[in-house]
Amino acid sequence: MTTTAQCRSAKSTSANKTHLPGHPTSAFVPDLKAAFVDAKVGGIPTYRLTDGHGKLIEGVQEDSLKLGKEEAVRMYRTMLLLPTLDVILYASQRQGRVSFWMTSTGEEASIVGSAAALSDTDEVFAQYREFGVLLWRGYTVDNVMDQVFGTCDDPGRARQMPVHFGSAKHHFHTISSPLATQIPQAAGAAYALKRTPGRENDVVVCYFGEGAASEGDAHAGMNIAATLRCPVLFIVRNNGFAISTPAAEQYMGDGIASRGPGYGMPAIRVDGNDALAVRAAVSEARTRAIKEQRPMLIECMTYRVGHHSTSDDSSAYRSASAVENWKKVDNPLHRMASYLRDRAWWDDAMEEETKKAFRNEVVRAMGVAEKKKRPNLSSLFEDTWTKVPPILQDQRAELARLVDLYGKSEEWAKELPKYEDAGKDLEQWNRKKA
Amino acid sequence: MGLEAEYSRERVFNTPLCEQGLVGFGIGMAAMGHTAIAEVQFADYILPAYDQIVNEAAKYNYRSGGQHSAGKLTIRAPCMGVGHGALYHSQSVEQLFMGVPGLKVVIPRSPIQAKGLLLSSIRDPDPVIFLEPKILYRSSVEHCPVDDFTLPLSSAEILTPGKDLTLISYGAPLYTCAQAIEMLRNPSSTISAHISPHLRTASIELIDLRTILPWDRETVVESVRKTGRCVIVHEAPVTAGVGAEISAHVQKEAFLNLEAPVERVGGWDTPFPHVHESFYKPGPTRILDALVRTLTY
Repeated sequence: MTTTAQCRSAKSTSANKTHLPGHPTSAFVPDLKAAFVDAKVGGIPTYRLTDGHGKLIEGVQEDSLKLGKEEAVRMYRTMLLLPTLDVILYASQRQGRVSFWMTSTGEEASIVGSAAALSDTDEVFAQYREFGVLLWRGYTVDNVMDQVFGTCDDPGRARQMPVHFGSAKHHFHTISSPLATQIPQAAGAAYALKRTPGRENDVVVCYFGEGAASEGDAHAGMNIAATLRCPVLFIVRNNGFAISTPAAEQYMGDGIASRGPGYGMPAIRVDGNDALAVRAAVSEARTRAIKEQRPMLIECMTYRVGHHSTSDDSSAYRSASAVENWKKVDNPLHRMASYLRDRAWWDDAMEEETKKAFRNEVVRAMGVAEKKKRPNLSSLFEDTWTKVPPILQDQRAELARLVDLYGKSEEWAKELPKYEDAGKDLEQWNRKKA
Repeated sequence: MGLEAEYSRERVFNTPLCEQGLVGFGIGMAAMGHTAIAEVQFADYILPAYDQIVNEAAKYNYRSGGQHSAGKLTIRAPCMGVGHGALYHSQSVEQLFMGVPGLKVVIPRSPIQAKGLLLSSIRDPDPVIFLEPKILYRSSVEHCPVDDFTLPLSSAEILTPGKDLTLISYGAPLYTCAQAIEMLRNPSSTISAHISPHLRTASIELIDLRTILPWDRETVVESVRKTGRCVIVHEAPVTAGVGAEISAHVQKEAFLNLEAPVERVGGWDTPFPHVHESFYKPGPTRILDALVRTLTY
């Protein structure tokens, strides 16, 4: 970016352009010191619409937000559902009822603010901390619990760890653990959208953290999206930490946004705790991505208030008081609530009522999911290949034989009833018995 | 050649030089239901995309419960030795994918096979790695139907039936195997002393495996049960190669029929060398020796 900017500002005529194919419009310059470029101090500014108390920044026109009461309240309610799920599921993991959980705490505005700017048919590729997009699209608390508890009603057939959501119906591609792999995939999906009749006005949205942005796939995906002009929004949640690694040890440049122009892609840095600013930035980026048929980069500056996951104790690498302080100083939920209260769209009674209703709903859904069976044992072998090949047929028959012989063993007797059909479904594959 | 002119730049295009990017891109297209045919310039350079292939493409369908699939992806890559390709223009990488549930791995031996198997691979509902022996690109010539046709995946082909020994290979070494069989029948005076006359009439069943994963266990096992002897030939290093998988399965399924240990002939367990290529790759003499040892065990 700086190279191009400097070259453009330099006085140049066509005669002193390099002509070399790698950058034919670059101007020659004889000054060695001026020829080196470096990142500017201060860097890319951060776009915000409201201050830390949810008040509109001076000069921001209410009308320009194009945000009515109904949508604003729905945004806040979705933001509130996230911490409700987080608190209960986090505690449940500690009690051993749930194997794993990752909270969204502190990033509610980045997630829900961006979701609100999208069409419900935009294709989403997420990292793992963005399932708030699914909630925005109508994914229910029951759907959440089916995935978390791995029930027979999970469309993912209970194969992945909790938080690895996916729903074709909601245009949300199934989350996988390997970081950044979704980034070039999102570029390919966006290229496909361009070529799908009737979907030219949809975009692909690809979320990732600032840590994942260090992966080779981030470079691969952003570069290929730019060169093949793919309408994809890269939304980076820069929450300051990749597990225990602070952002200062993740990169030396001007965050992630500065990389956008390096790939020939417009970029914006946004106050990620300002749901209204995130919504506005993503909305504009979306419009431009469709109109200009190119990728856009949005870096949401936020703070990971929770631990990385239930397997992490973040007090080992940052002070608990810093985190507590953060929740008070710049809390995305408080900012959004204040904005609503200032317009008399929200009050204490609604807050209490909503929180209570959410808590009840989450506890109820957990109770239901906990009682559900897991998908049957035969399903373990399905969907690896589209058809079960002979080698897997043999292995399925082998498990059937073993369950037939040892189903009453200490190892398996208590396990089998947890599954649909309690292992009986395997009998049809048991060659010895059949 | 000519595809871009015929079908437009939107369908046939360059990507930046980045294997993990172009394979990830292909997965994304496939996930949207579009047929994606990605090319990796040499199989040696498929490894930057190994994560995308193994952790993503192969598991896309399983992990989503069948909601999303990368099945419309086919990855083509030139493979195997070419005479002077050294470490990074010669490798056979099929064994790196043989242990990856969810993938199919296909290697053709000739133009007709290449067309029929590639069309099947492209239409197959699972992601396919299609490895093309590059030494055959210009040397293997045969009349190939212009019309549409397919050949089945996961199906080996018996090229020459026999009853004394099963010789299994795939891709370019199949031609070396044919040379070795010819040498066994008509050894030149320089080597005839090592091949007793009664071996020269041995009946060798030559099998082209064609699909490495999921491989045609039935054809192979049936053949070895009949012949009682088995030699497996590939260019890749022997340790943990395709031959290891086949021989383990054969000894389990044909244990009572085996008259000799299953023999594996492959590249030595070294990187693929430059000037030493003719002593590295399994040539006809090494294969011949394995046939003789197995037949006389």
